[in-house]
Amino acid sequence: MRVTINGSGHELPEGASVAHAVLALTGRTRGVAVAVNDEVVRRGAWDSTALADGDRIEVLTAVQGG
Amino acid sequence: MDDDVLVLGGEKFGSRLIMGTGGAPSLEVLDRALVASGTELTTVAMRRLDPAAQGSVLDVLRARDIRVLPNTAGCFTAGEAVLTARLAREALGTDWVKLEVIADERTLLPDPIETFDAAERLVADGFTVLPYIGDDPILARRLEQAGCAAVMPLGAPIGSGLGVRNPHNIELIVESAQVPVILDAGIGTASDAALAMELGCDAVLLATAVTRARRPELMAAAMRDAVSAGRRARLAGRIPRRHYAEASSPARDRSDPKSQ
Repeated sequence: MRVTINGSGHELPEGASVAHAVLALTGRTRGVAVAVNDEVVRRGAWDSTALADGDRIEVLTAVQGG
Repeated sequence: MDDDVLVLGGEKFGSRLIMGTGGAPSLEVLDRALVASGTELTTVAMRRLDPAAQGSVLDVLRARDIRVLPNTAGCFTAGEAVLTARLAREALGTDWVKLEVIADERTLLPDPIETFDAAERLVADGFTVLPYIGDDPILARRLEQAGCAAVMPLGAPIGSGLGVRNPHNIELIVESAQVPVILDAGIGTASDAALAMELGCDAVLLATAVTRARRPELMAAAMRDAVSAGRRARLAGRIPRRHYAEASSPARDRSDPKSQ
C-alpha cells in the first residue's frame, strides 16, 4: 500500500502498522510522536494500529525553537 | 532571596528566566548559553523527524536537568496547535505547552481568536497552558479565566529585539493577573529584561537576544543578572518619580562662611 510519511510517498507491505512506518524513517522511539491522519497514535498502540492505503503519517520530534 | 521562587503550574523554579532554543548556531553554543543563563525551563519546537539530524536539543536539556517546555510555534490555527500540543505530550511526556498561534509570517503576532479557542480546548484536555499573546490586558484576563496557568504577553514582535514597547499595558496585565505573567518575545538586551521584571512580570522568556548575540554565553549571563536585578528592584520598591530634585544630603548644619 501507498502511504505518506512526513510528506513523502512510501510503499509499505499490506497489513503494515504504525510501528512499520516509524521504522521506515528511524530506529529511534524516544522523544518521537506519531499522528495518522491528524490523530495522535500513542506509542503503546504503534504495533497494533494498522495502516490503510492513502494514510498520512506524521512522525515528529523536538527541535530547537521558540 | 533564596526563598523567592517562581510557582508555575504548581511547580517551583529558582530561576525566573525561561529560555528558548531557536537560533543557536550549534548545540554546543546552546548548551553553554543555557548553563550561563541559569534557566530551569526551556522551550523546544515540534517538527518532522529528520533521520539525518545529528544530536538532539533534548539530549542537551536532559544532561543539564532543564525542564522541557514544548511550544506550538509555526501553528496558524487552533486545530494545528491542539494537535501539536498532543504530539508534544506524547513525544516528551509533559502536559505543559507554550501555546503559540501566529496570525501571519510577516509580523509573527499571535492570533487572539485562535489562541483563545486552542487554550480552551487544551485546558479541557488536561494541559498546563502557557499562552503567548499580545499585550492585551483583557485577553490576558479571559485566558486566565479559561484556566491558563500563566499569561505570556509580548514586549515586541518575536526576534525584533525592540524591548517592551508598551510598559503601561504590561503593568495593567500584572496588576490584575492572579497567575504568573511572563514577558515573552521582543527582548533585545539586558535592560529590556530588567525592565520587564521591574514592571512586575514574574518571569521573562527569551531566545534570540541570546542565541543571536555575538557572544551568546556572555549575553545569557547578562540576562540572568538582569532578570535577577529587575526582580529584586521590584520587590524592593522603586522611589516615586519627582519633577524636581530632592537633596539626599542633609540641608542643615552646613558650614556658613558669613556667620564667621
